[in-house]
Amino acid sequence: MSAAQIAVTLAGLAAIAWVNWYFFLAGRGEAVAVAADQGVQRARIVVRGGYTPATVRVRAGRPVRLEFDRQETSGCTEEVVLPDFGIRTYLPAHQTTPVEFTPQRPGSYEFTCGMAMVRGRILVEEK
Amino acid sequence: MTETLTAPASCTIPVSGMTCAACSGRVQRALEKSAGVSNASVNLMTGAATVQYDPAATTPERLVETIRGTGYGAELPAADRSAETMLEERDEEREAEIRDLRRKFLVSIVAAVLAMVFSMPLAEVTGSGGVPDPLMRLMMPLSHALERVFPWMAAVPADAWRWTLLALTLPVVAWAGRHFYTRAWTAFRHHSADMNTLIAVGTGAAFLYSLAVTLAPGWFAVRGVEPHVYYEAVVWIIALILLGNLLEARAKGRTAGAIRRLIGLRPATARVLRGGVEVEIPLGELRVGDEVLVRPGEKLPADGTVLDGTSYVDESMLTGEPVPVPKVPGDPVVGATLNRNGALRFRVDQVGADTVLSRIIRLVQQAQGTRAPIQRLADRISAVFVPVVLSLAIATFVLWFDFGPDPAYLHALVAAVTVLIIACPCAMGLAVPTAVMVSTGRGAELGVLIKGGEALERSERLDTVVFDKTGTLTEGRPTVQTVLPASPDGPVDEPGLLRLAASVERHSEHVLGEAMVDEARARGLELGDPSQFESLTGRGVTGLVEGLRVAAGNGAMLRELGVDPGALGPVAERLAGEGLTPVLVAVGGAAAGAIGIADPVKPTSREAVAGLERLGLEPIMLTGDNRRTAEAVARTIGIRRVIAEVLPDRKLEEIRRLQAEGRRVAMVGDGLNDAPALAQADVGIAMGTGTDVAMEAGAVTLMSGNPLGVVTAVRLARRTMRIIRQNLFWAFIYNVIGIPIAAGALYPLLGLRLTPAMAAAAMAISSVSVVSNSLRLRGFK
Repeated sequence: MSAAQIAVTLAGLAAIAWVNWYFFLAGRGEAVAVAADQGVQRARIVVRGGYTPATVRVRAGRPVRLEFDRQETSGCTEEVVLPDFGIRTYLPAHQTTPVEFTPQRPGSYEFTCGMAMVRGRILVEEK
Repeated sequence: MTETLTAPASCTIPVSGMTCAACSGRVQRALEKSAGVSNASVNLMTGAATVQYDPAATTPERLVETIRGTGYGAELPAADRSAETMLEERDEEREAEIRDLRRKFLVSIVAAVLAMVFSMPLAEVTGSGGVPDPLMRLMMPLSHALERVFPWMAAVPADAWRWTLLALTLPVVAWAGRHFYTRAWTAFRHHSADMNTLIAVGTGAAFLYSLAVTLAPGWFAVRGVEPHVYYEAVVWIIALILLGNLLEARAKGRTAGAIRRLIGLRPATARVLRGGVEVEIPLGELRVGDEVLVRPGEKLPADGTVLDGTSYVDESMLTGEPVPVPKVPGDPVVGATLNRNGALRFRVDQVGADTVLSRIIRLVQQAQGTRAPIQRLADRISAVFVPVVLSLAIATFVLWFDFGPDPAYLHALVAAVTVLIIACPCAMGLAVPTAVMVSTGRGAELGVLIKGGEALERSERLDTVVFDKTGTLTEGRPTVQTVLPASPDGPVDEPGLLRLAASVERHSEHVLGEAMVDEARARGLELGDPSQFESLTGRGVTGLVEGLRVAAGNGAMLRELGVDPGALGPVAERLAGEGLTPVLVAVGGAAAGAIGIADPVKPTSREAVAGLERLGLEPIMLTGDNRRTAEAVARTIGIRRVIAEVLPDRKLEEIRRLQAEGRRVAMVGDGLNDAPALAQADVGIAMGTGTDVAMEAGAVTLMSGNPLGVVTAVRLARRTMRIIRQNLFWAFIYNVIGIPIAAGALYPLLGLRLTPAMAAAAMAISSVSVVSNSLRLRGFK
């Protein structure tokens, strides 16, 4: 094996490791929105290439209102799906669309785009 | 008193979390005490606060804060976006997207063809040193022909061609394909990757390499590498993927076609009587209580009750039933249906969101929002897809670099780009939702509302269909067939028997009771008023009529009351054998006679039962009727298994018992009396009579009372699931086969490789084919 081949192989392995780290591990510590309010728990989520914040913390048993502010026209994020709550809503571009539901039990629930490529989490905690 | 300068304003704020009058009182006091509020009223029932305030002194936002300060939730009502406006917005956006994609595609396809032509002389120059491109080889004769026509082409230096190609590619990358790069970048910043990432990295690598060659061909030449450029591949990839996106956007627009057609059913205006004068008003101004006039050939604008006129109304758009329904005064009519031959005047009972049509639209939209369990696998794959493909592309590069033929890094680059381009996460993401969307929409057009992916999946796997006989297989309107006094010359004669039985049943809500009351009224009999009325669920009723103790019910009830049925026993047997339900009547503690009641079988019941058997499902009849009556009805319909004499509250148990046998059971009922059984069944099918349905009761709702709808629902579910499996299989296998081939898995054996442009074409075809496959469900009959 030539030096160039060894170098390219090592660089390739490093690149693969980095890709997997970057997309699977690095993104997990993202900002958490705590939806705290007296009645309806509200959180605003910016939709632009992803969800910011991607994790929302709420309390069980009280209504939650997520306001999706879609700041792009990319078809990928045109729908938001909360499979556990039976919600699939169209998000018009450059508008804020509210989604309302009441989580009854604590746990981690996902919300994704229409094709489940872009993801976020709702962490429901004990009352 | 100070004078208010500004006019008072009023607003209504929804308040959440109030449970008692003390709650609403607290909110109201807080509002009344806050500055600028002249009057506040909080309604516990509607959960809303109506506030009159001075806009100079306070704002609705501040009022919301005041309410929240009391510990309850408050929210300013968002501008309500109805299904229609949402769909319109979406359509507009989609149309804009299609226009945009079309423009970009047209520009890039022209650029792609030009790029191919301009690359020909370069291929000549670079000879076989570049990557063997089958497409290019096919074009060779054309290239030679071009050279003969334009001999100067061969004379132009390669440098000039490369710069020309760059000039051609730059606008395609920077304008037509720009969104791939910007979207990939925003996604990247969120640690996520999608289809755009793959395209951006793939075309970006090819473009940047070609740019380097163009800028410094000498650098490559010195190192013994022919300065080959891949502009043509970049342009072709972008053009083909834009085409794929364009076709996909158009096809996706069509998946919502059914909802659009449902919305389009509504007429734009209504002709109403206002103060005795006929005026035409927009639909939005129609109010409950309005009297609407409908001429033959016109659509009904809202739900209501016929006041005047007779006609036939075509309800097929909502129920799927082709036969027009006769309407006479007192009959319910439904908006969006078509009046056929007579003029009608009707009173509006429901408008807007409360109408049957709006409820159907809402249900279908909700159905399309659910996620089918079968999609979970696809979701799991989608979540990891792009990073995995990126890793595979890097591995491909390394393997070609280490083990491939010379020039190794060129082959490595092309193979890696091809892997990135051929991978198609979209097909995977579209496989299930598009099919569910088209299928639920098509179902609605046929009068079969299926509530989402899970209902489809369960309906597919059914093996048993339990019909709650009354109202599903039979009309559900029992009528009195025969009235038999115990002895013709006894104390109670035929009209007397019917009159007493009908009197005691007067307040009963049982269908048999209603049949007797209807019959008595039809015969012009004067009914008495019962006292001490008592209803014994599933057995009968007793009460005092004109001082006489009258009991009407089954044999068990008579015995319970200590009445000897005497000769009525055999009479009841005989009636039951004829398929009639016998109601035994005791007057003053003695058997007085029997009334035979039958519920006529629906004309299509037999066909529906046969249809289910053909599909391999076992139909079972469940009924509260006695065994002999039930079996007589079952025989005429062709049902072999009958579960009779089941009390209403035991239906649930019967369903459980069947499930314990390992069966997957559908329960067909009217959705009102058998809601628990519908919920217990694997699939609850609520069936209406006409358009009067408890739509929310079952996983499947049949808008018409036609039992054939059950067959349609099962067939549609099976067909949909087949399409979904085809889609998933295709999307999965496409990537599983396509990616290794693109990586060059077949090269060592067959010398077969793909070019990036071929990969782009394959990817475009892949996602379009999945959507097109789903669209086949539009033709389901």
